[in-house]
Amino acid sequence: MYSFSKKLKLSAIIFMITGVLGIAYGFYSAPSTIADVQEIMMHQENGHSEAQVSNTNEHIEKGEEANNEHNNENEHLTHALHALQNRPYSAVFIAMFFFFMIALGTLVFYAIQYASQAGWSIVLFRVMEGITAYLLPGSLFILAFLIISAANGHHYYVWMTPDFYNPQSEHYDEILVGKSWWLNTPFWMIRSFIYLLGWNFYRYYAVKKSLAQDASKDLTYYKKSMKASIYFLIFFFVTESMMSWDWIMSLTPHWQSTLFGWYVFSSMFVSAITVIAMVTIYLRSRGFLPKVNDSHLHDLAKFMFGFSIFWTYLWFSQFMLIWYANMPEETAYFIPRLLGNYQLLFIGMLLPNFVFPILVLMNSDYKRIPWFIISTGIIILIGHYVDIFVMITPATVGDHWNIGIPEIGSILFFLGLFIYVVFTALTKSPLLVKGNPFLKESEHFHY
Amino acid sequence: MSSTTIQAIFDDDDVLLSAVKDLKAADYHIEEIFTPFPVHGLDKAAGLKNTRIAITSFIYGLIGLAFATWMMNFMMVADWPQNIGGKPSFSFAENMPAFVPIMFELTVFFAAHLMVITFYMRSKLWPFKKAENPDVRTTDDHFLLEVSTINDVKTLENLLKDMGAKEIKTKA
Repeated sequence: MYSFSKKLKLSAIIFMITGVLGIAYGFYSAPSTIADVQEIMMHQENGHSEAQVSNTNEHIEKGEEANNEHNNENEHLTHALHALQNRPYSAVFIAMFFFFMIALGTLVFYAIQYASQAGWSIVLFRVMEGITAYLLPGSLFILAFLIISAANGHHYYVWMTPDFYNPQSEHYDEILVGKSWWLNTPFWMIRSFIYLLGWNFYRYYAVKKSLAQDASKDLTYYKKSMKASIYFLIFFFVTESMMSWDWIMSLTPHWQSTLFGWYVFSSMFVSAITVIAMVTIYLRSRGFLPKVNDSHLHDLAKFMFGFSIFWTYLWFSQFMLIWYANMPEETAYFIPRLLGNYQLLFIGMLLPNFVFPILVLMNSDYKRIPWFIISTGIIILIGHYVDIFVMITPATVGDHWNIGIPEIGSILFFLGLFIYVVFTALTKSPLLVKGNPFLKESEHFHY
Repeated sequence: MSSTTIQAIFDDDDVLLSAVKDLKAADYHIEEIFTPFPVHGLDKAAGLKNTRIAITSFIYGLIGLAFATWMMNFMMVADWPQNIGGKPSFSFAENMPAFVPIMFELTVFFAAHLMVITFYMRSKLWPFKKAENPDVRTTDDHFLLEVSTINDVKTLENLLKDMGAKEIKTKA
């Protein structure tokens, strides 16, 4: 049995408290009136000489929401106000989604191990079950956030603005009206609820059956888990795609990409495998996983390596197809990212997400060295945080982005919560499953 | 004093593997082992060094990448920068996404083909090469072990028999 070390518990709690303070500061410092925005803009224009450049980009981006010709000063300030008000929400959403997707990706990895009857990973099942314990609290946070969005507490999802659907309004938007059969708040909420319910149900069922298998004399529960995993994977790959449209792609409701769901999934999956490797290495270094050997780490590191390249492949495929054809309605998405002031993040994230893993994890010997995996893992996780950041922030905060107190506070809060929930869950059951037909093979696994 | 080479034939890979381990432990020099299929762990037991072919492949890949980059830059940017469908051919970086598929494929092409050729050269394989197997059965279901010794040949023969060799020949 694992016992939650006092030090780790204390640091998780400190992270959460600092995080809450950071988030609170973010909401407190967000402007509430146009006058506040004017003051902030004054400060910025003194500091930055490139204000001219960023304004042009903003106009291009704004073309989606408002008619460029009628852009008077007041409308510009309102836009800036909404962007600045969005910033703390955006910071919370990115960190919340990032840690949620780690738990969800781990659940998918777990289901794949069952469905494919993998022989190597059985000794890691309890680690994975522990990480997926974050799924439920993570889902509740997401659900709360979506309810607040739907109740229109902020300007997060622009398509929720009623003006766009009113033929009398000057903001009337035919494209959004055309999409409204899918993108309307009640249906959107129901869908989100179904996704979360389905994923959490599988997690609950699989962990329950896994514990029941420990005490069982035959394979009844193993077989049930295996069947459930197959149905979950079918359900997941349909709902994950819809989830990425609903929660992320709908932030830019005029734009669409067919491989977006896979792109979000690849980011999710590689982060999840990285976290599995990191938690495994941590627990093993404390002596709680005697059956895990270097070959298990080697396999996890191979997955980290492979799915980093898979992510890059999708990142590039989505970008290059749109860049090459350069159709205005598609390119609008990449203007702030490639040419605007997200350029450094958008291109720079290739370094932690592709170049670094490919160079460090290519060598077969390095994949067996724990500190190599841990340090690459930290870099990959930072890279995928930036990935989610670049997916979301240009649509919500626009040119007013920054990685400051609200963002770091949100990361710390959800990191603390994640550590607390995951390591508490790990103390609940023995760290080695019993009665799995592949257990012996996994214990003697070597590569 | 010249050394004698003895060929021992086995009909089971497990027996072969343990014989190789025992011979190593007894400090005999194993010249060569012929097997009809890869025997897992045989290279480690015989004390062979790890192959460096993966390293050569990585280097060939880098050469391919450099070649592709140079080629696309020379053709599309330096030599004759035309406006083709409005693609920005002002500098390599601006038009780079269009070159990536070629850069990728040439990296793989160089890494794969040059590595295979390296393998052929290092293992001395070519179309009209004379086959070297000392006993035709080693390509079907027998395993052959060549050991050389300068000491008592009889002792080694008996040792190999004890290890499970089915047949023992002195190499002509």
